[in-house]
Amino acid sequence: MLEIRNLKKSFGTQRVLKGVNLKIKNGEITVIIGSSGCGKSVLLRHLIGLMKPDEGQILLDGMDLTNLPKEELKRVRMRFGMLFQDAALFDSMNVYENIAFPLREHRRVSEKEISEAVKQRLQEVGMKNVERKLPSELSGGMRKRVGLARALVLNPEIVLYDEPTTGLDPITSRAIDDLIVQTQQNIQGTSIIISHDIRATLRIANTIAMLHDGAIVAVGSPEEMMNHENAIVRDFLDYGLPKNFRA
Amino acid sequence: MVLVEFGGFIVTMVQGIRALFIRPFRINLIFKEAETIGVNSTFIILLTGLFTGAVLALQSGKAFRLFNAEGVTGAVVALSLFRELGPVMTGLMIAARSGSSMAAQIGTMRVTQQIDALEVMAVDPVSYLIAPRIIAAFVMVPLLSIIFDMMGIFGSYLVGVGMLEINEATFFEKIEAYVKTEDMWDGLIKAAAFGIIIAVVGCRKGFLTEGGAEGVGRATTQAVVIASVTILIADYFLTAMMF
Ligand SMILES: Nc1ncnc2c1ncn2[C@@H]1O[C@H](COP(=O)(O)OP(=O)(O)OP(=O)(O)O)[C@@H](O)[C@H]1O
Ligand SMILES: [Mg+2]
Repeated sequence: MLEIRNLKKSFGTQRVLKGVNLKIKNGEITVIIGSSGCGKSVLLRHLIGLMKPDEGQILLDGMDLTNLPKEELKRVRMRFGMLFQDAALFDSMNVYENIAFPLREHRRVSEKEISEAVKQRLQEVGMKNVERKLPSELSGGMRKRVGLARALVLNPEIVLYDEPTTGLDPITSRAIDDLIVQTQQNIQGTSIIISHDIRATLRIANTIAMLHDGAIVAVGSPEEMMNHENAIVRDFLDYGLPKNFRA
Repeated sequence: MVLVEFGGFIVTMVQGIRALFIRPFRINLIFKEAETIGVNSTFIILLTGLFTGAVLALQSGKAFRLFNAEGVTGAVVALSLFRELGPVMTGLMIAARSGSSMAAQIGTMRVTQQIDALEVMAVDPVSYLIAPRIIAAFVMVPLLSIIFDMMGIFGSYLVGVGMLEINEATFFEKIEAYVKTEDMWDGLIKAAAFGIIIAVVGCRKGFLTEGGAEGVGRATTQAVVIASVTILIADYFLTAMMF
């Protein structure tokens, strides 16, 4: 279990996280929603130790991640995979080398195994014949999918996705959503997703958490959230859906 | 302010050098960086070396002729090249050429979150990005300074023997008589120190880049300016220690 306790973070005078509390259950898909610029990416970056909070804790099975020594943090990160909002591919490496990178760093594998793994991962995200292309030669959506392939290549038990389908067409989005569900089920792992795609969120989430004004204002199953007492939550979900979707 | 900045460079240097001795050893990356520095800078070093030697010979040859001592021109040029101009000019050239590209490259990786991606994948960015560049510059700057010295001597030969009509045999005899191996070693030690300065400054400036493309530009400029000034200051103290 991943537990966020009273997490606070400011940039200068701008208070972004004002005390976030959230429990994320193992073996579930948790989707974090919230308006643009409300601090979702900042929250995700805290979970993997890329940012240090001003206050508060992040407990992974009881171990506080916010003040781990460097070596410990490295070991914990081996259990995580992360898809960045802008993919963050290495622009000096082609697609093949980007996906192979975690394997080369952390696994003793032959070139043949690497090549097979890369091919399979690319297929999973619906791409082929792009191995030799550089990130600069890909579209935004393609970069995101390569980033996804790279994030999943070591089968991490906890995966953080920052807007995995933003900017993708509906068909590819659906395929990526299915891949996320599949991945989560295969390894009984934990997935934490930031998403603006309300329809997909309602379909794949076990738990939805809404970040608003620096705090989690609502947590619950899709059903619970649709009928939440807080009008902000209901409106947010409603506007994300086609008209009469409820009916 | 300056002291804090200086302390920061020391920290980066210590971290970078320590990372060299911790697994995994990134031999491939070291060779790649060394090649980049070499490819970036060999031509410019050949060219500046040639003309530096030529102009030194022109100036000093004419002056020595007043005392009928133009025979020592080659030796004087060689000494100033080995001890001073070779390492310093090479250092400045490589600061401009490779120090800037280190800062730009690492700075771009910072602002596009590629360094975050490294960290998330449990790869130490110091060991992956900084350490290979430090060791590569530590080796390559002295090598390039030797090339600079050789080209400089060749340039002074062309001017001295070709234009000023100094006797060829005397020209080389005097070089042999006056230049000691120690002078070469001192120059190489300087060049190696400058290599470390260039890489540490370039890497640290890139590493701490903030604020998008504009920030990368700022980091790049600062890397060149700080490395160049530091080289000249370090040169004074190294010279004072050596002679
Ligand atoms: N490194 C930083 N320095 C200063 N301010 C920052 C930094 N990172 C984020 N912020 C600020 O924190 C706020 C939240 O940013 P964040 O990227 O988390 O938004 P978000 O919820 O992910 O939005 P979106 O849905 O558009 O991606 C923004 O106002 C942003 O300006
Ligand atoms: Mg975001």
